[in-house]
Amino acid sequence: MKLLEVSALQAWYGTTQALFGLNFSLERGGITTILGANGAGKTTTLRAICQTVKTSGDIVLLGQSTSRYPTDKIVRMGVAHVPDGRGTFTALTVQENLRLGAYTRRDKELVGQDIERIYTRFPRLKERFNQQAGTLSGGEQQMLAIGRALMLRPTLLLLDEPSFGLAPLIVQEIFEIMKNINEVDQVSMLLVEQNASLALNLADYAYLLETGKVVLSGAASDIRSDESIRRTYLGY
Amino acid sequence: MHFISTRLIWLVVLAGLFVLPFLLPNFRVFQINLMIVYAIAVLGLNILTGYAGQISLGHGAFYAIGAYAAAILMEHAGFSAYATLPVAAVVCFGAGVLMGFPALRLGGHYLALATFALAMAVPQLLKYKAIAPYTGGVQGIVLSKPNPPFEFRFLGAPLTEDRWLFFVTIAVALPLFLLASNLIKGRIGRAIVAIRDQPIAAGALGVNLAWVKTLTFGLSAAYTGIAGALGAVVIAFVAPDSFTSFLSISLLVGVVVGGLGSIWGALFGAAFIQFVPNVADEISKSAPWAVYGAILIALIYVAPGGVMGAFKKLKSGDAK
Amino acid sequence: MDSFLLQIFSGLANGSIYAALGLALVMIYQSTHHINFAQGEMATFATFIAWTLIERGVPYWLAFFLTVGIAFVGGLLVQRIFIKPVERAPVLNNVIVFVGLLVIFNAMSGWIFGQTVKAFNSPFPTTSLVLPQYISGHQLGSLGVTLGVLLVVFLFFKYTPIGLAMRAAAQNPDSASLVGIPVSWMLALGWGLASAIGAVAGIMMAPVVFLDPNMMGGILLYGFAAALLGGIDNPWGAVIGGFIVGVLENILGAYVIGTELKLSVALVLIVGTLTLMPNGLFGRKVVTRV
Repeated sequence: MKLLEVSALQAWYGTTQALFGLNFSLERGGITTILGANGAGKTTTLRAICQTVKTSGDIVLLGQSTSRYPTDKIVRMGVAHVPDGRGTFTALTVQENLRLGAYTRRDKELVGQDIERIYTRFPRLKERFNQQAGTLSGGEQQMLAIGRALMLRPTLLLLDEPSFGLAPLIVQEIFEIMKNINEVDQVSMLLVEQNASLALNLADYAYLLETGKVVLSGAASDIRSDESIRRTYLGY
Repeated sequence: MHFISTRLIWLVVLAGLFVLPFLLPNFRVFQINLMIVYAIAVLGLNILTGYAGQISLGHGAFYAIGAYAAAILMEHAGFSAYATLPVAAVVCFGAGVLMGFPALRLGGHYLALATFALAMAVPQLLKYKAIAPYTGGVQGIVLSKPNPPFEFRFLGAPLTEDRWLFFVTIAVALPLFLLASNLIKGRIGRAIVAIRDQPIAAGALGVNLAWVKTLTFGLSAAYTGIAGALGAVVIAFVAPDSFTSFLSISLLVGVVVGGLGSIWGALFGAAFIQFVPNVADEISKSAPWAVYGAILIALIYVAPGGVMGAFKKLKSGDAK
Repeated sequence: MDSFLLQIFSGLANGSIYAALGLALVMIYQSTHHINFAQGEMATFATFIAWTLIERGVPYWLAFFLTVGIAFVGGLLVQRIFIKPVERAPVLNNVIVFVGLLVIFNAMSGWIFGQTVKAFNSPFPTTSLVLPQYISGHQLGSLGVTLGVLLVVFLFFKYTPIGLAMRAAAQNPDSASLVGIPVSWMLALGWGLASAIGAVAGIMMAPVVFLDPNMMGGILLYGFAAALLGGIDNPWGAVIGGFIVGVLENILGAYVIGTELKLSVALVLIVGTLTLMPNGLFGRKVVTRV
């Protein structure tokens, strides 16, 4: 069974339509990336999966049709969304942010362990565990956002432009951590990125969006090596 | 054809207005007088809240200022009832402009809060012992209604003070309503609506936001102040406990029932707040307010445009 | 000096009530960005329920906790039924609904329980155990109860998972829903809690000012002043604000303007804070929005 299957997906912000019939799917265990220019509908796609925008069409997640589910139900199924702009609770501490990631979990006894594991992975967060999240640097907040998502022990991790506004060295660090999460914790990932080369280096499969529709899809390695595609669609 | 029929309608209406007070018993005329007074007050609030979008929960304060201004002038300075009206207008205009300045920086519920605080403080301020020699303190001031200028009988009924006041209130209300209607349709009205809907664009187009907003507050207060003065004349009595925060709430009810932003809707709103309590009083002393509250909430859910809004919907529905 | 201290302590006792009300107002404001104009009337209604229970022979503290529980459920229901439908409506519609609720609760208090002023007995001894020359038994008890409630609320928000979830939902509803918090229910809980706190304030106030449908009208104004003074988005600022307002009211009333104009103190504080110090003493967000 595929992890996620989306067909004829449309989405609206109020009366403005943003997605015009999207079709794509995700296999378990892999990293899939969604690429495209500003306004192509990448962020909207992630929001559609979480049902934080109005949608029509089919979304089948882990065999269930989730297109009418409320957001908290989708989260309980194991979908963790790291939104664009990090979405950290800036007035709460690092520790409180991580705790909130585990809000829906039933196995409360294991939460403490998981927090320690996050701290091992992100030592800088451990140093600042009692600090207000808003005082962290951009890179640290991104790590915190990812950490919070991991606290769910998610089956599917959605990431929206994790490289945005970060220095190249930090971005590299974060992308290595993401690779590690995928391999070691076996978390499937759906990555939205503007930085196509970074994304294609990490991902297994890629979809290219243009004005709310899929215009190209294929194995990341193929797209990466095809110069004409890169030049025409990805600008490098 | 159309031109003649509008004139004809006005003629019929005026004739009807002339005849009406003589057909009704005196106390009903008194009630209608009060209704017209409330209509002017509700119109004042509607200018500010319905059109300009600034929420006032304290318009009862301007009504009180107008009423007390009139009462004090009549009682202590020998003014005639009619002469108090322009004074009340000017005083309340000034008070409104004064309130308008801090209001510039407040929006939405903060303005509602500030005006609510004003409304709640008014009765206490009116009872203040230091000014009691002028205000009559807790007991207030008892006035006498102005005498009709001549003797007159029509359809078997005499021209009593209340019947005379009916014509006075109409004579005051009509020009006020027409003035408001013209202002709203004209440049000033468009400026007000522009500021309400798109303040930044309005500013960029050269509308002086601060001036228009403050003057709107002043105008709105002046209208309600005139109503207060007229009300003091009609009831011939002012006392602090007549001007509690519930008066401000009544005016708001009138605005919502008549329709936010509707000029003539003020009449429906006033009719509502004048006559519904009389009916509801039969059920229980607290019933009028329960009805007010329930109607307020129901209207906001179901018909935010009030009576006039419902009319418009019906009209446009027919046109389809 | 003696009478000065008397005013201070009395101000602190009153201030604890204003603090509780201010906290309730800030809680609702923080999560919904709306000011609950009906807070006072809801508290009065709850106090009437307590009074009725006591009249029927229910022991005081049982009645107290029952009422607080009923107020909690009531506040939650009010949010679900009346406030949720206009959540996204313009501010004016919201304000009108709040005013409508104010009016309905006030009317229901009068209708169900009658307009006559009622005595409400204090559960505390008349003479205080501590500093009896400056503070009455009820004032001390009421101070203790409200501080206790405030402490419980503080601990709830700081150390319980639901408290954390409510804080998160209030600060960042989008992110909160992404971690699976049902944000709309958090709002309802906030209302329930605020309503319960209001009920405590009302029950503590009733023995002092006597119980009638208009009991909380002026007191709500002090609650507003407390909330604004502390910074409308800062719950603990509202608490400190409450004590400041309480003491200020008494000092100004006793030595400066006389006791008749006390409400004007609240009015001046409210308008003054809004225009001169929109963030209050401890607030973060800027209030000005035109």
